Amino acid sequence: MPRLLLLLAFLGVSTPLHAQSPLRWGGDSEGGAPFVEADPNDPTKMVGFDVEIAELVARRLGREAQFVQIAFSSLDQSARRGDFDIGLSGIEDIPARRASLAASLPYYEFREVITVRAADRGRFSSLAELRGRRVATLGGTMAYDLLLQAERDHGIVAVSYDDDVHPYSDLALGRVDAVLLDHVLAERAMRRTAGLFTHSAAVAIGHYIIITAPENTSLRERVDDVLREAMLDGTLEAIFRKWQVWNDDQPRLYARLLETASAEPTRTESVDAGTPPGGGDRLFTALPRYLPSLLRAALITLVLSCASMALAVLLGVAIATGRVYGGPAIRAALTGYVEVMRGTPVLLQLFVIYYGVADVIRLPAFAAALLGLGLNYAAYESEIYRSALEAVPRGQLEAARILGLTRWQTLRLVRAPQAFRLALAPMTNDFVALLKDSSLVSVLTVVELTKQTQIFATNVGSWLVPGLLCAALYLAMSLPLSHVARRLEQRWKVVPS
Amino acid sequence: MSAPLRVRGLRLARGARTILDGVDLQAAAGEIVALMGLSGSGKTTILRVLAGLERADAGEIEVPRSGMVFQFHFLFEHLTALENICLAPMHVHRLSRGEAEARARALLGELGVGHREKALPRELSGGEAQRVAIARALAVDPPVLLLDEPTASLDPARRHDLGDALRQLAASGRTLLLTSHDDDFVRDFATRVVVLANGRVVEEGAARLVLEHAQHEETRKLLQIDRQMRRIW
Repeated sequence: MPRLLLLLAFLGVSTPLHAQSPLRWGGDSEGGAPFVEADPNDPTKMVGFDVEIAELVARRLGREAQFVQIAFSSLDQSARRGDFDIGLSGIEDIPARRASLAASLPYYEFREVITVRAADRGRFSSLAELRGRRVATLGGTMAYDLLLQAERDHGIVAVSYDDDVHPYSDLALGRVDAVLLDHVLAERAMRRTAGLFTHSAAVAIGHYIIITAPENTSLRERVDDVLREAMLDGTLEAIFRKWQVWNDDQPRLYARLLETASAEPTRTESVDAGTPPGGGDRLFTALPRYLPSLLRAALITLVLSCASMALAVLLGVAIATGRVYGGPAIRAALTGYVEVMRGTPVLLQLFVIYYGVADVIRLPAFAAALLGLGLNYAAYESEIYRSALEAVPRGQLEAARILGLTRWQTLRLVRAPQAFRLALAPMTNDFVALLKDSSLVSVLTVVELTKQTQIFATNVGSWLVPGLLCAALYLAMSLPLSHVARRLEQRWKVVPS
Repeated sequence: MSAPLRVRGLRLARGARTILDGVDLQAAAGEIVALMGLSGSGKTTILRVLAGLERADAGEIEVPRSGMVFQFHFLFEHLTALENICLAPMHVHRLSRGEAEARARALLGELGVGHREKALPRELSGGEAQRVAIARALAVDPPVLLLDEPTASLDPARRHDLGDALRQLAASGRTLLLTSHDDDFVRDFATRVVVLANGRVVEEGAARLVLEHAQHEETRKLLQIDRQMRRIW
């Protein structure tokens, strides 16, 4: 019997090895329509033009397509690590990518276009007209690089999002004044959100490509063959028509590509029009350019953390005092607050504060981040203070009472100062944790240290140096603090009587 | 500063356990009254009730404002000796810092710990901490001073110093009520002794008389145990 099982297991494992293994393709289905998105009718299935192109490639290579969910900003890294065979999800053709990965022929040409609120269509039609205004886009894209260039050239304020839906909803809400993104995304946003207007003039031209691991050039060649064939036989056109993104730019692109292909295939030729400024920087030339923005981002992290901590401490003291001295109703309400804030993810709380209540209170991103972190950490701080207050020996309070101090004086002059000394170590811990948790606010478009590092890493195509720099900056902020806290603790050491 | 302290029919129970079972007690200005009794006889509870830290179930209490010196001192751990003493004068009696500090220094000097004013409680020896605690209690000038086991943290030489200090306080017209296990100390320095057993007064009178001619079974038992304990140590 065991032998039979072993045999079955062997057969079960060995069968796919004999057949072709599935073609694993990576993409991001979060807000990914019309590229890749979960089918609203069956969320286990993916739909979108990139899904159909991936299936087309798989079919023509005689393999079965298998989807792998990868965050958009991690697609390059994942390709290099070999998490999938081919990646496509509206991936842009930029020199940095071509330099570090094996990239296919472009299969679609897009225009970077400006979308504004319909009322502003006369005021803002170019980046130059948006001086001093907040302009949003998706982080880690060509459009973001264009906006960074426009920050220098035209004095706009670039705002980076992690997805392509919220830039448009925030545009409608008035949090930003314009969005620069692919016309494919802009057109989709116009259908979804009322009151927007997209200028058809292209700020730049770009192309979508398929990526594979850098060493996998043979697969890349086969993918190119499939794409050329699909350009010729109209399969690509059919797919794009089905998804309503077909336009006259595409046949021109295909004609150009097929012509070059018969001669010498030059891989960078297709991106000339859309080369983002500085997009091709290698690490060493990029470093001096990114260092100032990393330092600025570190400053934002520091200011945000200090302000949030101050809010958390003030609220925490109030909550702890209420829980120790308050009546049953106050105690129940405060306990409820603490349990809810500790029991739900801070990320969820940030989303609710920024996006969830946007119809009622429209907070600026930094204020929402400060409030979200402060409110969340207040719950933790209050627990520290409450247990510290309760740890002050009863004899200390009785001694104060006999001397004639009131309850409030006892709290202020005896209990709180002693509790603070007990709370110092866990508070320091929390502040260091907050310093790192502040990276979560990048989901609210605040570019702090981790986000800036991610942008840096994506653009230079390596995490090593940006990662080390980022770690050094975090340590430079947290180590002195731990040191000061240790010194104070030493000085204040309370020996329980 | 004549301030008689009077207690009648004091009763206190914790759950089913009777702690005080009808205690009568009085002390006049200038007296040093020692409460003696085995552990659990209710000595410390009487001090706590007089200090207002606990509420009796029944009984009459007439007691002027009193200061208390705890067995374990309970000096404020985050304040220096001087700051411990100044806290109540400054915040309860609204003295200026300068005034409070001058009085605190005088008290520390009288008690022989003037040189320790900057020390934190954890840096003080048991005897020093006790004297700082006495100074803290005296800083608000209470007519009655309650001391819980004042000799517990002292060696014999220090015990004598403490006795002298208490005598001076009594001579200045204060009423002193203390608890103690130490019959030598009580014999030498207390004017009167009150022996408690099971929450009741079983014997009282002039210290020397009670301790040398104990009438009650409980008093004899108490003195015997005390002496045995001292021999073991």
